[in-house]
Amino acid sequence: MADTRHVAFTVNGRPVEATVETRVHLADFLRHELLLTGTHVGCEHGVCGACTVLVDGASTRACLMLAVQADGRHVETIESVAAADGAAHPIQAALSRHHGLQCGYCTPGVVMTLVELDRERAGRALTEAEIRAALSGNLCRCTGYQGMVDAALELFGASADQSSV
Amino acid sequence: MKAAPFVYHAPDTLAAVLDLMARLDNARPLAGGQSLMPMMNFRVATPDHLIDLGRVAGLAGIEVVGDRLRVGAMTTQRMLEKSALVREACPLLAEAIDHVGHQQTRNRGTLGGSLCHLDPGAELPVAAMALGAELIVVSARGTRVLAFADFPMGYLTTALEADEILTRVDLPIAGPREGWAFIEFNRRPADFAIVSVAVRLSLDDDGQVENISITVGGVRPTPLKLAEVEGLLTGQMPDAAIIARAAAVIAGLDCEGDDLYPPDYRRDLCETLTRRALTRAVERAKGRGHG
Repeated sequence: MADTRHVAFTVNGRPVEATVETRVHLADFLRHELLLTGTHVGCEHGVCGACTVLVDGASTRACLMLAVQADGRHVETIESVAAADGAAHPIQAALSRHHGLQCGYCTPGVVMTLVELDRERAGRALTEAEIRAALSGNLCRCTGYQGMVDAALELFGASADQSSV
Repeated sequence: MKAAPFVYHAPDTLAAVLDLMARLDNARPLAGGQSLMPMMNFRVATPDHLIDLGRVAGLAGIEVVGDRLRVGAMTTQRMLEKSALVREACPLLAEAIDHVGHQQTRNRGTLGGSLCHLDPGAELPVAAMALGAELIVVSARGTRVLAFADFPMGYLTTALEADEILTRVDLPIAGPREGWAFIEFNRRPADFAIVSVAVRLSLDDDGQVENISITVGGVRPTPLKLAEVEGLLTGQMPDAAIIARAAAVIAGLDCEGDDLYPPDYRRDLCETLTRRALTRAVERAKGRGHG
């Protein structure tokens, strides 16, 4: 019989309670149980970054964390990023302006990485090298990254308004 | 690409962890999961019991006690990266951490997990060997302290017994005339190292090498201490000529490799990176001594 546990945590600020099979990873739980399909599953071994979510504010590979490990934690996914009326978040808008996405498969992970980066910089201007280092954890096979870097530089670079987006 | 079924345990005390480790067959402790979880998703690892260490208090933290930097085994790589204490007290570890994975994996990956997984391309075991780290290993039977040099047993294999876990890593604090360097080569930043080199050395009043420790990764299944090169440099003025002689010794090193990066290629990298690491470490030792 499958090993299960009762878990309680928040996803995008909303409480979630469920009985989960312990071997189910967080990305599958978000997608299959909560139907939050914005979190994408690419490689399923922690390399591609498509499943990146924030757990207690820290970017995390949702394929390398069991859903049961989220018990008591706060999870944020791409579904939490845009405004309630659907208006794009400044990071999303900048990615669009700079053609920082094409097929969009990696984009939810990219956005979550940039959300973490924006919070951690706490108003400090970032260099292109710092932005590239953060984005190195998200594989994109379409864009060549330049559009993403340009978008992040517009928001976080030395010439940007230094309030967090 | 889904983990095989297992029974999950999330004890909240070390005593409970050790009790489970002693009682259960084919049990694996889960630290940050950045190596074990991929192996389970691939079904390369199929533990019957997974013992999550994430709810146990007291296994993470960084503090200086006497002349040692004590790092809890569950301290994340991101905590090490951001720690001003680590940068000051153990700059070699800090330089190694900057090569480890991505921020998204460093957020969960731990020092202890990396040392116990012992991937041949991993940076932290190489740094731990060069630093002469001491490992605090516990089981229900008691505690033992292992020198890191006695820890690697082979490919992905350590001296940990089936009922033991690593709880703490003790590292020496850098002295005033100490130099250090961690250098690696890979095709993309943040990849595993193809070859990595860690150097720690100190100079005496005359500027001669007093103590030196050199470890390379990626040329054998486990980190390799270059004892012959260390012996060559000890007591010598660390000038370009002696560093070139040291590099020449490495040209005769017996290296292992694979189809992608064969032994000769790794040996060449080892020679070049060791020369660069020695040069950088000497410069730093002189800078600290005069500062």
